[in-house]
Amino acid sequence: MDTFVQQLINGLTIGTIYALIALGYTMVYGILRLINFAHGDIYMIGAFVGFFMAHGLGFAAEPSIVGLGVTLVGSMVAAALVGMAIERFFYRPVRKYARMTTLITAIGVSLLIENLGVVIFGNAPRAFPGLLHDATYPLFGNAAISKTQLLIFGVSVALMLLLQWIVYHTKVGTAMRAVSFNLNSAKLMGINTDAIIVFTFALGSALAAAGGVLTAQYNPTIYPLMGIITGLKAFVAAVLGGIGNIPGAVLGGLLIGAAETLVVGYGQNVGIPSTYRDAVAFAILILVLLFRPSGLLGTTVQEKV
Amino acid sequence: MPGFAKRIVGAVVVVLAIIVVNAMLSAEGLFGFGVPRYWAHVLMLAGINVILAVSLNLINGFTGQFSIGHAGFMAIGAYASAYLTVYHGQAWERSLSGAVGETLAGVVVFLLAILVGAVVAGLAGLVVGVPSLRLRGDYLAIVTLGFAEIIRIVILNMEVVGGATGFTVPGETNFLWVGAFAVITILVVHNIVRSDTGRALISIREDELAAEAMGINSTRYKVLSFVVGSMFAGIAGALFGHYTRFLSTADFTFIRSFEIIIMIVLGGMGSITGSVLGAVVITVLPELLRLLPSVGGFNFADLRLVIYSALLILIMLTRPQGVLGEREFGFNWLRRAQKRPEGDEAVGAGAGVPIAGRPAPTGGGESGEDAVKGVENR
Repeated sequence: MDTFVQQLINGLTIGTIYALIALGYTMVYGILRLINFAHGDIYMIGAFVGFFMAHGLGFAAEPSIVGLGVTLVGSMVAAALVGMAIERFFYRPVRKYARMTTLITAIGVSLLIENLGVVIFGNAPRAFPGLLHDATYPLFGNAAISKTQLLIFGVSVALMLLLQWIVYHTKVGTAMRAVSFNLNSAKLMGINTDAIIVFTFALGSALAAAGGVLTAQYNPTIYPLMGIITGLKAFVAAVLGGIGNIPGAVLGGLLIGAAETLVVGYGQNVGIPSTYRDAVAFAILILVLLFRPSGLLGTTVQEKV
Repeated sequence: MPGFAKRIVGAVVVVLAIIVVNAMLSAEGLFGFGVPRYWAHVLMLAGINVILAVSLNLINGFTGQFSIGHAGFMAIGAYASAYLTVYHGQAWERSLSGAVGETLAGVVVFLLAILVGAVVAGLAGLVVGVPSLRLRGDYLAIVTLGFAEIIRIVILNMEVVGGATGFTVPGETNFLWVGAFAVITILVVHNIVRSDTGRALISIREDELAAEAMGINSTRYKVLSFVVGSMFAGIAGALFGHYTRFLSTADFTFIRSFEIIIMIVLGGMGSITGSVLGAVVITVLPELLRLLPSVGGFNFADLRLVIYSALLILIMLTRPQGVLGEREFGFNWLRRAQKRPEGDEAVGAGAGVPIAGRPAPTGGGESGEDAVKGVENR
């Protein structure tokens, strides 16, 4: 039982990270019907900016809460700027074209960021400095939860509550929801859709960057291609929860994280080698799209001609 | 010259060209005119890439589906054919050479291996295609990517084909095989596109709902193009495996799929000559980059993938229909300006350029913005 709880805690920890990234995917899809392939790479950028900030501002040498906070906020701001720039220079000009064009552009941007990262930072993984004095708190039996995991849960929940407040209790949030409902009607209502789109990208990117810094505390290795697989899994999480649906993204993320860890953890006994870890998310994706394409919390709307 | 005779002459010319090139690529060369080994290598890869690009163009360009998992089918073809040649090839060759002589036995066995690779890849295309082709663009892309990754991971875990350490394969491919199959691929795809089936595929690309309203079973045709495309990818994989003589799943990652995509995007999705052009350019590009002098110890060849992605974005921003759009570059072009029957503007709706007078497909309305046919997410 305690192993199960431990696995669950570990799974939910990764799941929370997936949820943070999935929120970005789901928000952008909600307003633009565009899968932002480059989102996973924003997560990577967040981690790297955090890395350089932590070293540059001396937080690496002296772990502290303040250092963590500053790094977190700094990387979120930097990623928001990058996200806004991507939208402005790469996605906006192709918005008027057919869907496949925007899709290909998104893939191009994603690969550009990844490979620029490889060229600039080199492919060798770096160790992200721990910004907390880690500690483990035993729960029962062999199960324990670490300070880092508590940090991840805490910060993520705080950010998600903040997002919830923004989306449902502010004017900007109402505008976002309006744009995701029907972009043209929102324009007719006087909403500056371009600004809202930029804001959404900024929000999503900030969340992904927070995910990046938090992951780097949990799993200290960072490398330029770290956004690919994590980004894809977060996308699967968004689809699982119902793409376009914000609580769905959170639910999807947690489920994927838990499923992945549990399958790998218990799969050893059933003969599934741990190298199949990444396949779990894709298998879930295929199952979801086959049996419930609108996702767990999504609703179906009939296609009209 | 009557059309029939033209075709015979054309066929003879092509066959002779392939034989000549193959002879020139061999060590002695043809009458002393050889080709440096390095460029011979590039030529072989270009031929294989042509098969990949043309087959992917059938799915992406002519049917308008967005498959980014082509490398998975290539992998299946490679490993399936390799499994045969490694474990059964010699035994079969020996038993056959008694009957038909040694070279012919070798040819037959290799041909069989390639065909098996094609069939298995086609079956995989069927398995991937049937459930996925109900999905609209964005989702289909992710699902094909997912399937390609699953295929890769499964192959990686199969010890019988080498697993993580790789798989050594006898070297059977020479330019005769590659050239022949490249020509066959082009011919088959060209014939499909010019036929009723091709018209159905193009109509699905242009407007799937309207095609269905006209009585075209869009799922059936989409699956068809998917299976044919993946079969040829399997052939390319088989040829590739038996050329490099060493198979490792690292050759079949998303990067490979992406390279094929940029070939067809560059050449023009919807143009066979375009994909040939794109394949050749993208194959030659890294070699040209290697020839550039290093600037202060910084090798341009390392920038290969950065250049590809930047190129892709640039094409999408400036000329989304690619170099040739949907036009073909043929002998007609040399006699008169290429004109499509409907007018002389390249019809670019499939590739994203708004046609003059017809507004670009709107991005904000409800209609047509659904994830899956009949389903939308809130």
